[in-house]
Formats: sequence, C-alpha cells, structure tokens
Amino acid sequence: MTPGETVVVSTSTLDDLLAPPEPRRGGARLEAVNVSAWFGSNKVLERVSLPMLPGVVTALIGPSGCGKSTFLRTLNRMHESVASAKFAGEVRLNGNDIYQPGHRITQTRRSIGMVFQKPNPFPAMTIGDNVTAGLKLNGSRVSRGERADLIERCLTRAGLWSEVKDRLGEPGQALSGGQQQRLCIARSLAVDPAVLLMDEPCSALDPGSTNRIEETIRELKDDVTIVIVTHNMQQAARVSQQCAFFLATQGTPGIIVEAGDTEQIFNDPKDSRTSDYVNGRFG
Amino acid sequence: MATTDTAPPSADGTPTSPADGRPSVLVVDDRPRALSTRTLDDSASLVGSALGALALVWLVYSQILGWDGVLGFLILWYLAMLGLYAGVTALANPRTVVIDRLAMAWVYAGAIVVGFALATTLVYTLWQGVEALRHWNFYRHDMAGVGPIDPLTQGGVLHAMVGSFIEVGIAVVIALPLGIGTAVYITEVPGRGGRWVRTVVEAMTALPDILAGLFIYVTLIIGLGVQRSGFAAAMALTVMMTPIIARSAEVQLRVVPGGLREAGLALGASQWRTVRNVVLPTAKAGLATALILGVARAVGETAPVLITSGASTFLNANPFQNPMNSLPLFILFAVRSGQPIDIARGFGAAAILLVLVLVLFVMTRFLARDRVGKR
Amino acid sequence: MTLAPALAPTPAVEPDDDQPRDIDPGLSPADRLFQHSARAIGLTVLAIFGSIGIFLGYQAIPTFRHYGWSFFTENEWQPQLDKLGISAVILGTVEVALIAIVVSFPLALLTALFISEYSPARLKSGLVSLVDLMAAVPSIVYGLWAFFLLQPRAIYVSRWLNQHLGFLPIFKVDADPNAAAWQQSSYTSSAFIAGLAVSMMTIPLAAAVMRSVFAQAPLGEREAAFALGATRWGMIRSVVIPFSQGGIIGGSMLALGRALGETIAVLLIISPAFDLKIRMLEVGTITTSSLIAGLFGDATSAQLSALLTAGFVLFCMTLAVNTFAAVFVNRSRSGTATEI
Repeated sequence: MTPGETVVVSTSTLDDLLAPPEPRRGGARLEAVNVSAWFGSNKVLERVSLPMLPGVVTALIGPSGCGKSTFLRTLNRMHESVASAKFAGEVRLNGNDIYQPGHRITQTRRSIGMVFQKPNPFPAMTIGDNVTAGLKLNGSRVSRGERADLIERCLTRAGLWSEVKDRLGEPGQALSGGQQQRLCIARSLAVDPAVLLMDEPCSALDPGSTNRIEETIRELKDDVTIVIVTHNMQQAARVSQQCAFFLATQGTPGIIVEAGDTEQIFNDPKDSRTSDYVNGRFG
Repeated sequence: MATTDTAPPSADGTPTSPADGRPSVLVVDDRPRALSTRTLDDSASLVGSALGALALVWLVYSQILGWDGVLGFLILWYLAMLGLYAGVTALANPRTVVIDRLAMAWVYAGAIVVGFALATTLVYTLWQGVEALRHWNFYRHDMAGVGPIDPLTQGGVLHAMVGSFIEVGIAVVIALPLGIGTAVYITEVPGRGGRWVRTVVEAMTALPDILAGLFIYVTLIIGLGVQRSGFAAAMALTVMMTPIIARSAEVQLRVVPGGLREAGLALGASQWRTVRNVVLPTAKAGLATALILGVARAVGETAPVLITSGASTFLNANPFQNPMNSLPLFILFAVRSGQPIDIARGFGAAAILLVLVLVLFVMTRFLARDRVGKR
Repeated sequence: MTLAPALAPTPAVEPDDDQPRDIDPGLSPADRLFQHSARAIGLTVLAIFGSIGIFLGYQAIPTFRHYGWSFFTENEWQPQLDKLGISAVILGTVEVALIAIVVSFPLALLTALFISEYSPARLKSGLVSLVDLMAAVPSIVYGLWAFFLLQPRAIYVSRWLNQHLGFLPIFKVDADPNAAAWQQSSYTSSAFIAGLAVSMMTIPLAAAVMRSVFAQAPLGEREAAFALGATRWGMIRSVVIPFSQGGIIGGSMLALGRALGETIAVLLIISPAFDLKIRMLEVGTITTSSLIAGLFGDATSAQLSALLTAGFVLFCMTLAVNTFAAVFVNRSRSGTATEI
C-alpha cells in the first residue's frame, strides 16, 4: 500500500485487525453506524457513519449549526436527555451497540466521558472533590490513600497538578477559565473512560489556555480515544490525526461529506466542498 | 511618573526644548484623576432651595395660612423646595437637566417616606414594648389567673411563645419536605405532570391566609371533629407555607445551571445522584434562605391560627388537646381588650415577635454572604 | 495503516427507512425509585391543594342555591333575618385594596428606582435586604402601628381632604369638618386608614419585583442612552422603564392580590358597616377577610357556608389577579427570569 491510497476493508477484518473485544490498554474503538437524529420532527443528522480509532484523535469539523455537537452527544447518549430528541442507527463501543435495550446508560457514560464547551466545575465542591466527583456520583468508594493518588494522577494527566497541588481545598470555581477546563478534564479522567468526547473545549478560553489543553490532548491520546468537535481548523490540523467534515446546507440534515487522515483532508481533499471549507472560502 | 531628562516646563506649562536641541517630552503625571460629575451648582442649588423653601413656608404657614400640623408643613416645604429647585436650575441649565433634578428629588422623597415609615414601625413597636419586656415574669409565666387589669408584674407570654414554637415547628416539619419534594419533582422529573403541579402550586400561593384557616376549620374541626388545637393551627400554617416554600425552592433549583446537571450525567451518574450530590448542594444556600423566610412568615401569621386554635391563657404544650395560644394571637386579643395594661402586654409580645423575625432575617443575610464569600 | 472511511465499510445494519428507534434509557432501580417518589410527592401536593380549591367551590353551592343571585346584590348581612349578601363586602374589599394600591404604587416605584438607579453601589444590597425585611414584618405589627400611631394623625389628613375636596363623592363624610370641635370618630376606622395600613405590606412586595426587573435592564441600552448625552432620568425614562413595563405592572398586580386578601391589619382598624358606600374617609367599611375573621366564631352551619362562599369569591379574585400578574411578567421583555 502506498500512503494516500484508498482502501476498502470489510468490517469484520477491521475488527480482527484493530481492537480486541476487551478494552483498556489504550482506549477503545468507537464506531457510529448510520446515525440519524431528530429534534421533534426536525431531522438534524442523516445517516452519519464514522469509526473513531484508539490511539488517534478524531476531529469533527465544519461550519456551525451542521450537527457536529449533536453527533457528539449521540456518542454518549446525552442526546436523548432533550425531551423531543429521537435517534436511529447504532453506536458501537468495541463492537457493542450502546443503545441496546438493557444497556445501563450510566455505565455507558462512565466508559465514554465528555468535556463541555463551557467549563462547569461543581461549585459546591472543592478542587480535590471535583476531581473525584465522578466516583462519588457513581457510588464507588476509594480509600483515602487511593483517593489522594487518584487526584494527583488525574490532575497530572490533565496538566493542572503543579498549579493546584497546594490549593486542593479551595472551591472549584476559584480557578481561571483555562484551569477550570483542565479540572473538568481531570474529573472526566478519574472515572477511567475508554473514550473522551470534547465539545469545543477551547472555544471559551484564551490562546494560552488553549495551548495547554492541546498539549494535554496530545499526551492523552495513547490512553484514551479522543473525539473533539472544533470549528477552529488550525486546531484540528494541530491536534488530530483523523478528521471528519460535517456539512448541513439550508434545510437539510447534517452529513459527513468527507472523512479521513487530517493531512489528506487539509492538503488534498477529495470533495470540492471540503476544499472550499478548509481554504476558508466559506465558514 | 514618566520622566526623561528634559528641560523643566515653562511657566505656562508648555514644553520647552532642552538647551542641546533634543526634542522635548512633556513630563507626564500618571496618577489617576478624580472624576466626579458633581458640580458646585448641583450642591448649591439643592441646599439653597431647601433653605429658601424652609424660610418661605415658615413665614407663610402659620402667619398667613393659619394651618397647623407638622405633616402639612412638611408637605408644603417639599413642594416649595421643588419649585425653587426647578426655578434655580432653569436659570442656568437646559430643560433636560431641570427634569432630571426634579426626578431625582421625587425619587429620593419617595424612598425617604418609605424608609421613614419602616423605621417608625420598628422603633414604635420596640419602644412601646419596653414597658412589658422589662419584667422578667413576662418571659416565664403564662396568663393563667391573670386578668387584663392586673399589673405587669403578673402574667407573661410564655404560653404564647411555646405555642408559636410548637405550631410553627410542626408546620415546618411537614411543609419543608413537601415543598422541596414538589420543587424537585417540577424541575427534575421529565414529563408533563410537572407543569400541572406547578400551575396549582402557583395558584395556591394566591390563597388568602384566612381561607387556609377556614379550610382547616371546616374539614378538620367541624368535619372530622378535631379539637381547636395547636395541631389544627399547625395544619393551617402548613397549608399556607407549602406553596410558598415550593415556589421559592423551585426558583432556586431552576437557577442551577443546566451545564452542571449535564456534567454530572456525563460522568455516568444516575439522575438521583446528580440531584443529590450536584443540584441540591449547589442550591443549598438559596433553599435555606427560602426556608427561613417561610418560617418568618409563618411565625407572624395571625389569621389562620385565629380560626383554628383557641386562645388559651394557660401554658399548653400538647398540640393535640386544648386550645393553644401563639404570639400573634396573643397580641390580637391583648390589644383589642382596650385595657392599657393589656395593650402594653400586647406590645411586649409584638416586640418579641419583631425581634424574632429580625433575627431570622439576619440569618438569611448571613447565609447569603457566606455563599458569596466562597467565590 | 491508514483508513479512509470515505468509502465506508459495509454497515452490518440494513439502511431501512431511517425511522427513530425506541430507546430505553435503562434507568437504574435507584433512579426509578427517585422518579416515583418525587412524582408521588408532587401529585400528593397537587391533590391536596387542588382539592382545597374544589372544596371551597363545592361549599359555595348550597349558598348559591339558597340565596341565588341576590347573594351578589344584597349588601346587608343579617343571618337571623336570612338576609345575606356580599355586595357591600366585595365593594369594601376592592375599596381598601385600591386605596392601598394608589398609595403604594408611586411609593414602591420611587423606592425601587432609588435602590436600582440612584443609591450608592455599596449600599445597594443592604437596601434590597431592607425591602425584604419590610415584607417580612408580620401584618399584625403593621396593624398595631396603623391603629395606635398612624390613625390619630391620619384623621387630620382625612379631615383636610373632606374640607377642601369634599365636593368629590369619595371624600364626603357625614360630619361637619369645619366645626371647631370636629367629630374625630367620624374619620377613624375608615377604609382610608385601613388602606394605608395595607399599603405598608404591599409597598415592599411591589418594590421588590420592580427593583429586580430594573436590575435586568440591559447595560448596552443604558450605555447607548448615555452616549447620546442623556441625563440619568433621561436614560431611565427611555431604557429602564420601557424595559420594565411588564415587571411594573406585574408587581403592582401582585400587590393588589395581597391587598385583597389582607386580614388582620384591616380587622384591627375598621369598624364593620355593611352599607354600600364609596365614602372612603368615613368610619365604617367591611372586607371579605375581616368579615370571615370576625364572624366565624358565632356562625351556624348555614352562615359558615355563606362565609365560605364569600371566601371562595375572594379566592377567585386573588387568583385572577395573580395569574394576570404572572402572565404580564412572563410576556414582558424581562421575561421568566423575574421571580414573582
């Protein structure tokens, strides 16, 4: 095979080659298969399919309003928390459809974590408590020694330990915006997810904090499968290895126009719409 | 202060060139300036009109018009001051400024009147209550065997205080979980039932307090044969308090940002744990304030207890048997008796009630400040 | 190895006609219990309070059946003659409430404007608390204040109004105001004094709502007014007040609802009189809540039913007013962010 050559591989071979059925050393394989989504009678996603591979950061790019965030939220079943939301298709974590009846939704969300656009540390908890909030909310217990280790580990992975190690007793909202977002990342990591979904995590932050978080993403990608929504193309180019370009023209639901290696999407896109977008002809 | 080696400025402040021909730089003073929009005209015209009006009205009031009464004097003085103020302002300022100043005068006057009314209420009640409060027996005895014309060294409001405590206590124990539970149902459980409950709860906050008492009277006392007692009064207070607590609690829960709930759910928490560990702790201070204000309201309610509990004169700590007195009820009967000594007792009880409400109120301020301080 | 999902692997699920799936949220037992308990509490409260409203309405039926429409037109309340009607009662209720609103609306508006626009920043939260404190003072304390402190002085105002504006029917009093030893007792215990007492309770209510709405007026518009050279009042008049219309009206309606239902302060002040009159300065009037409070003790079951009916009518009035207020506030620009 030469680089850039298109290869069609059947699913079963892929499964054999890539992820073993059990997760955990190094992220899990997440795959969306023909995902469609509605809000009421308004269809917002049309048969979107996308594999998101472990060890790889997948970026979802596209103009605003084309369904990227909605798609992201179908991946950890947050989409259905809106009353009028409807869903079709499958989302498979290591081959198992997470929407199967009988699948515990809370379990799914523990395996597939999410970091939101606006940092949202819990105001009623200290920094340290925020990190372990996920465990408390799941009813898991850890001994005091384990807890301290866990806090240090997660904050280190999130790139925040050195800045807050003496301040763990302060309230969660006493930090700057960028620090709060890294705290939220640490909080998500504490429950040991296989996948981490990030919905425009840097859009509310200054460039310095954005840098730090991108660094964190690079450090995390080998342990956790990362899917990031961003409408900053340069960020997508910096941070991701795979890219999917979403588009929704007026009145039509969102679709993936093109997906593939980041390098290829930016330098040699196959679809003219993709090339128009990445070259800034619309946005 | 930014300085360079330059020639000192000339007498009128303009920059001068240094002797060797280098370009000059102004010596810049970097300290913040005092920025105030108030001018001498503002203060002088206000004070001047006030004094001038005072003199004018003084002259006119008793001499020419022959009226009496402090209230009339004040009103006339205020109107004269407005007139002078408007006139003086119009001499040197455009019409918009005149209107602006007049508006300010009216706004201040309105606020002062309201503040004055509140101040006189508080001071008067406490002042009139001192007479009865001075006696220690006021706090330790009840009115058993004491008549309305017996001196203040006899009798007291112990039974009323105990009664208030018991009645409000029972009411809180029932209304608090009902109220907060209802609020949680409205804000956290999906579905349409929440809207119906919300509508009814809001409608019930419009229930006049006397009707709460009348409802309990007709159903429990006449319908079920329950005695007029502390318990019946507590039920009436519960009917009053529950919608109010439910509505305030609902507002506090609604204010918790949705992003926090989502964060909790995204961590894999069940809804129950999200509510218990994220939503409720975040709303804790607001909920506590709502509760305390509800209690303050219940303590002062007279109409519901008037109908449902008789006004006993003796200490009765059993809410299920026999009439039970409470502070507002005691005040009502004492004051209506027409006897000066009883009226003094009534004011004493009113002073106690007022202090109680003030204390509860300060607690809510303290709670609010506590939350702000954390940020 | 790279993968180019542009030619996606063949999906294992057939692309059917793309209909939404039935998704089971998979609630844990704890969650199910939580939702059921919350629902139980909510529906219990709904049942209890709904039944109060229904109960009051139900009790009204025998009264209506007995007295018919004359219940609304008769002003006398003589149960022993079987002559009962709430026309004077309703009129008195509305009179006292209207007086309270007329007095408290401007005062509440000015106070709210003062706190929101004119007061120094460091005093603001203290002043807001003071308004809340004023609302928390029990109504019986205001009743005492009005009866003992205000009334002896306010009757002079009544007499002045009678003297100089007595040609207006509302200010007439059946006594000679110009007599040297004028009859003070003609001016006490009137709807006017009761209205003043009730206004002490409605002022903080309306002021609190109005102030919270003023605080929400958008900063951008305020700055635009100043940038055009407006004075402070000019800005208030062009930005704050138009924005707050809903809150001003809503707050006043809420206050009206409270005024209609106020019992104890009115009870302490007025001297019951059942004639249909609008002479508010004159002694004697009657309101629904003071009627119930005064008469329930000696009432036979028929009279009790009549009192309940009067109460039901009052409840309908306060409910209508409060609903109106809520609608006004919600539809206004300040919207549902305002708490009333």
